Amino acid sequence: MQIKPILAAMRHHRAGTLLIALQIALTLAIVCNALFIIQQRMTRVSRPSGVDESNLFVVENYWADQSSPQRIDAQMRADLLALRQLGSVQDVAPANSFPLHGSGWDNFVKTTPDQIRSTLDSAIYFADDHTLATLGVRLIAGRNFTSSEVGSQTPPDPMLASEVIISKALAKVTFPQGSALGQTIYVSGGNRPSTVIGVTDTLQAHTVASWMNNYAYNAVLLPARLLTDRTFYLVRARPGQLDAAMRDAPKTLYAQSRMRIINRKDGVLSFAQVRKAAYGRDLGMAILMGIVSMVLLAITAAGIVGLTSFWVGQRRKQIGIRRALGATRHDILSYFLTENLLIGISGVVIGAVLALGINLWMVTQFEMARLSLAYVAIGVVALLLLGQGAVLAPAMRASNVPPVEATRSV
Amino acid sequence: MFGYYVELGLRSLRRNPLLTALMVMAIGFGVAASMITWSVFRAVSGNPIPEKSSQLFTALIDSRGPNNNKGEPPLALNYTDATALIKAHKAEHQTLLYNVSLSVLPADSDSLPFTAAGYATNTDFFSMFDAPFQYGSGWSASDDERHAAVVVISHELNEQLFGGADSVGRDVTLGMHTYRVVGVTAHWDPKPRFYDLFDGNEFGEPVQMYVPFTRAIDLQIDTAGNNNCGSLMDYGNGREAWLRGECVWIPVWVELQTAADVARYRDFLTAYADEQQRAGRFHWAPNVRLRDVANWLDYEHVVPSESRISLMVSLGFFAICLINTIGLLLAKFMRRAPEIGVRRALGAPRRQIYGQFLIEAATVGLAGGLLGLLLTAVGMLGVGLLFEADIARLAHLDLSLVATTLLVAIFATVLAAFYPAWRAAQVQPAWQLKSN
Repeated sequence: MQIKPILAAMRHHRAGTLLIALQIALTLAIVCNALFIIQQRMTRVSRPSGVDESNLFVVENYWADQSSPQRIDAQMRADLLALRQLGSVQDVAPANSFPLHGSGWDNFVKTTPDQIRSTLDSAIYFADDHTLATLGVRLIAGRNFTSSEVGSQTPPDPMLASEVIISKALAKVTFPQGSALGQTIYVSGGNRPSTVIGVTDTLQAHTVASWMNNYAYNAVLLPARLLTDRTFYLVRARPGQLDAAMRDAPKTLYAQSRMRIINRKDGVLSFAQVRKAAYGRDLGMAILMGIVSMVLLAITAAGIVGLTSFWVGQRRKQIGIRRALGATRHDILSYFLTENLLIGISGVVIGAVLALGINLWMVTQFEMARLSLAYVAIGVVALLLLGQGAVLAPAMRASNVPPVEATRSV
Repeated sequence: MFGYYVELGLRSLRRNPLLTALMVMAIGFGVAASMITWSVFRAVSGNPIPEKSSQLFTALIDSRGPNNNKGEPPLALNYTDATALIKAHKAEHQTLLYNVSLSVLPADSDSLPFTAAGYATNTDFFSMFDAPFQYGSGWSASDDERHAAVVVISHELNEQLFGGADSVGRDVTLGMHTYRVVGVTAHWDPKPRFYDLFDGNEFGEPVQMYVPFTRAIDLQIDTAGNNNCGSLMDYGNGREAWLRGECVWIPVWVELQTAADVARYRDFLTAYADEQQRAGRFHWAPNVRLRDVANWLDYEHVVPSESRISLMVSLGFFAICLINTIGLLLAKFMRRAPEIGVRRALGAPRRQIYGQFLIEAATVGLAGGLLGLLLTAVGMLGVGLLFEADIARLAHLDLSLVATTLLVAIFATVLAAFYPAWRAAQVQPAWQLKSN
């Protein structure tokens, strides 16, 4: 295929050529970044929480009567007993927060008492001896709390935590050299030591907010019931009985005492709902970028079809002359395909530069990661293929122009 | 002539249905994407208190030292500093607040209790933040001093508890204690809720009630918001020790009219921190901030980066749609070169050709705008998929958005048509007539 005559023809319809190239360039720039954003967000969303999510739900319970910590403690124990007796329930644990909840308690963790600068943050989960079984989180070392170790805690008092269980990720950063079991850490801010008695498998922190990104899997479990105006009950339903358990639990609690508030709208949430709320923004971004990318590719393809059809119409006579002079259908077809490929290549070159530029700018503005070149490569191939695909129909029509067209005056 | 050109334009829309459909769809999708993301951006980046935003400042004092928070003071004050600033009374108005969540016991014993969220604050809160009242008013400074059991409730809570009647003087039971209603606010829900960014409540559910700070402290009502103790958690035993400790949980706001007032207040804050240093409480040089509303919203990154990114991507998308439209209009117009040649030969000046095609483009723009409006309306239903509920709630299709959508679509299309129309006007009559 001769490229020279194509270039010469392009000079005659400079504007259209330029518009298609520009459109391909901008589309590539946006689609590359959009795909990259989708990939980043989906990686975040698909991170494991470490929790047996399919059978788990959460009851948010407010104590309506502002009773004393002692009374809250007594009522909590009674509630836990009653819930554990339900046929649809496998296990129950009290909690101040839980993975993906969004708010909760986090403390700085130290390995020496005299460390001044706080470097390591971790979620603090108040737990009892049923917490691990309820969450479905495995211990990879050490032992669980015993029921006698579980105390009760009012918030302004210093934390009682002579024994703690920590997550795998936290164990790894605090004791990179060896086992964390039996080691001493400081989790209460003050200089009260806590002994690590167990290490859990993966356990996510309470928030997926960006400030917690570096500590996303750090968690410390303290053996106490936290006595505040609000208590969460983590409930693990027996397999297949989630719906029943979610109906039964609030009824059972109200039967225990009516001086409590379980919000009708969102007082009982399945873990699927918790997850959806936690990653709402990420999923939304991914959906939006997906829609934008698809529509954008469709519009660019449509634009190429439209302009090429116009060119084919404009050049029917010239095509006829070429056919009359001996050019085959295939020659005509490959003329338009090559023309489109040339425009496409100039477009993707500009587009690749633009894509990287936009990404660099987003890195400075939004704490985004660097765009990997693989995405640019995928985008380049996709757009070139899209261009060839879009140009195929009008090019076929051009190749069907009969040689006799040369003799017609219009 | 204008009416005739509009008619011509409408007719030509039908002439190349495929090209027209492509253009209308491109414009429709482009403008809809831009308008949906714009409506969200407009909601989250709005100025919640336009008349006073440059006169309201949050006061911050570094009570932690340079080892914490990269040299910036904590984002709220502790009890000691907050109450000291209010007591000093160095600004024209000053308020402090913290998030409380209290159970409400309805009068009839059959209804279940529910929780109401609000703030423990002082008398200046209502005038500083321009709270509108339906009945009564805020409480007085003397109520603050007497630690009075009074409450201001929202219009919505008043509906729920008293059926919307004037409830001033009646009693409400909150957290098992009785409060006398002194005021009912009209519907009031400034977004973002600039005064409580510390608790992450910028887009939270509307506030339901306000009680005096002094009373709430007496009743040992814990904060329902953030309590940030940094790494200095070791404040000793019990609530009193926590209260006197260095945990921050109280935003403080001051109203300062002039630049001189601001400078004076900053000096006062510095002097206060200096005094704390000399008293041995702070072991570092005074480090204070006064941030006005706009600065505070910006510093706390209230506008989610998702909203910015999606707006920019949508605008880029729209730009591509317009480039696409330029190409398609060019094809559409040039296809009619013979017709233009005839008109020109019959004496039509270039200006007329230009006008005709711009008006034709405007009809395309109008059609695209109408499609865009439809898509925007549909998209609004789906905003809940893209943003979390409390932000999605803020985005809505109002008259100004409808008008903007149509105007943007028409204006952008006409803009895109300038070059194709110019090319059409350049058509040489002789050329066209010859080949015919």
